[in-house]
Amino acid sequence: MTDFVSASKYAASPDRVGEPDRHPDRPAGEFICNVLSNEWVNGEYKLLALETPPRALNARAGQFFHLLCPTPDGAEVWMRRPMSVYRIDKDAGHLQFLYKCEGRGTQGMALLEPGDEFNIAGPFGIGFHLDPAWKNIVVLGRGVGLATLAPLAQMAAENGVHVTAILSARSAELVMSRDMFDELGADVIAVNDTDHSSDVDNVEAILEKLIADGRADAFFTCGSNRLLDLMKRLGKAHGVPGQVAMEQIMACGLGACYICVRTFEVNGEKILRRVCREGPVFDIQETVGW
Amino acid sequence: MVDLSVKIGDVEMANPVTPASGAFSWEYADVIDLNRLGGLVAKTICKEPRLGNPTPRMAETEAGIIQSIGLPGKGIEYFIDHIVPEYKKFTPPLIVSVSSESTEEFAELARDLSIPGVDVIECNISCPTRNTTGGNFAMQSEHTKEVVSAIRAATDKPLWAKLSPNAGDIVSIAMAAEEAGADCLVIANTFLSLKIRTDNFRPALGNKFGGLVSPALKPIVLRMVYQVAKQVSIPVIGIGGVTKAEDVVEYMLAGASAVGIGYAGFRNPTALTAIIDDLEAWCDDRGIKKVTELIGAIKDDDMEMDTLTAASSGV
Ligand SMILES: Cc1cc2nc3c(=O)[nH]c(=O)nc-3n(C[C@H](O)[C@H](O)[C@H](O)COP(=O)(O)OP(=O)(O)OC[C@H]3O[C@@H](n4cnc5c(N)ncnc54)[C@H](O)[C@@H]3O)c2cc1C
Ligand SMILES: Cc1cc2nc3c(=O)[nH]c(=O)nc-3n(C[C@H](O)[C@H](O)[C@H](O)COP(=O)(O)O)c2cc1C
Ligand code: FES
Repeated sequence: MTDFVSASKYAASPDRVGEPDRHPDRPAGEFICNVLSNEWVNGEYKLLALETPPRALNARAGQFFHLLCPTPDGAEVWMRRPMSVYRIDKDAGHLQFLYKCEGRGTQGMALLEPGDEFNIAGPFGIGFHLDPAWKNIVVLGRGVGLATLAPLAQMAAENGVHVTAILSARSAELVMSRDMFDELGADVIAVNDTDHSSDVDNVEAILEKLIADGRADAFFTCGSNRLLDLMKRLGKAHGVPGQVAMEQIMACGLGACYICVRTFEVNGEKILRRVCREGPVFDIQETVGW
Repeated sequence: MVDLSVKIGDVEMANPVTPASGAFSWEYADVIDLNRLGGLVAKTICKEPRLGNPTPRMAETEAGIIQSIGLPGKGIEYFIDHIVPEYKKFTPPLIVSVSSESTEEFAELARDLSIPGVDVIECNISCPTRNTTGGNFAMQSEHTKEVVSAIRAATDKPLWAKLSPNAGDIVSIAMAAEEAGADCLVIANTFLSLKIRTDNFRPALGNKFGGLVSPALKPIVLRMVYQVAKQVSIPVIGIGGVTKAEDVVEYMLAGASAVGIGYAGFRNPTALTAIIDDLEAWCDDRGIKKVTELIGAIKDDDMEMDTLTAASSGV
């Protein structure tokens, strides 16, 4: 891995575990973390645990870090990869990321071993928001979207908010994070494509029932356009507010380059917003199909 | 300790390290102290609001990234009311970059931005995805001369011209910009390029063409800076592939008075301040008292040396 700055002979601006914070007043930073573990959770996903400098632990649910991935093949990986935080453990000083191994960046990440150093930048973006008036929320995630939604369950538990989590996946084996949601006291409903329980009609019926039972003060979703559309439609019909975490290719992660824009509709007008800065969490009703 | 300050005409900068337009914004204050930078360079602004190009706006290649953003922005009024004040929370000089497809509008923009708080007007006459008469004036000397002259007549602010590496003969374009009254030449913008996906046969970028950005381009831009600096008497700022302090030194040796940095700030968000720290240490290690001693200090007047000896001899 080439890391231009920390390879420098003279100075290294990234903060390191166990060293004094060089930029204590900044909300975000560039951190060199220690890899604690990096294990497969199923055939497609790995869980990376890092020991980080304290400032990185200010991350909130829905925020992301921008990861400088090692090379999987000897050639350069030019850009960082955005990943939302999966778990924040302030007491231990640990951060976790749950990620799907896909292209070159995430394949490179999969090679990290305990004891390796890993450069992450963040926390960036605006995370999930819990209104004090909400007592029961519904979290609907699919695939890797569950990684983004998991810390929301942690935040809800800390705030005494009840969570119903609908976890969707291609097959029952690929349903992730069930343990984490269980542990946090959420009602978990797992659905999958194999037995068609993840069909929109069935998920719609589940959501309708939760609304009727007064269990849906707010909706949260990530990971599927279909499910986003469903929550948008039901949220509009029943007046349930909602938030969605969105993805887009990024370069700076800070709001400078306008590479990460997506279209939104606000008061009938189409506008562009930066996923890294105005998001990645957005109002469900302002999203438009992509 | 070395004096890192440099002057670009009348503009005083604490050091020669500036961000590159479009790859930087005040939001970098989330990670670094912007007051340490030589200057603050805003993203190129156009007169009217623009949405910019379709996504994807960036793709990786074997040797760098290509990107095509399409100069999105909320227009000059919003820029003056909302963005200039964001930059004025910090102390380094503010360089605003402007672009237009017409000479008249370019001049209007420069006039309207000649306000307190704006220290330099940089005309981006080299956006690679615009055509030669439609904003990419820096492809030809006549167009360069015409547009820079018009902008010069519209403002008393220091005027910097950002040139294109895609022009056939950048030296004659640089001379045209100088003749037209530019106070500094910024070399260079990005290299026009294309990536085609072999899985679906489509261009990788929403806008088809994009600008290539890569440390591999540094030797090419360095050559341009060297050639131009020899021919003009105004300062030159080198931009392209700077990722470390030695790259700043190299550009200065070639004749640049300062550098701009884009990609390295994506790679390492703390790169700009790290490079300033490194530059200071590099100069101190060598007993260099003023960083300006490096400008144009390349030793190339004694080239009959045997090539092997030349390559291995010390400074
Ligand atoms: C805010 C945010 C949070 C995310 N959180 C997670 C997470 O917790 N777990 C997880 O597995 N994935 C997450 N993703 C998606 C993750 O960023 C991509 O899977 C990853 O960038 C793919 O990189 P690659 O090298 O494997 O793929 P490649 O396809 O080789 O990547 C090529 C380029 O496209 C970009 N890219 C490809 N897919 C995406 C995508 N879906 N979103 C953004 N950029 C993409 C890459 O960053 C890279 O620049 C998140 C994305 C965003 C924007
Ligand atoms: C995402 C991105 C956006 C850019 N936008 C602008 C712009 O608005 N105006 C401009 O003059 N140059 C723009 N550039 C070019 C840079 O200012 C700079 O010339 C180029 O990136 C080369 O420098 P680097 O190798 O340090 O990145 C942009 C570059 C990138 C990567
Ligand atoms: S990634 Fe640069 S603005 Fe969002």
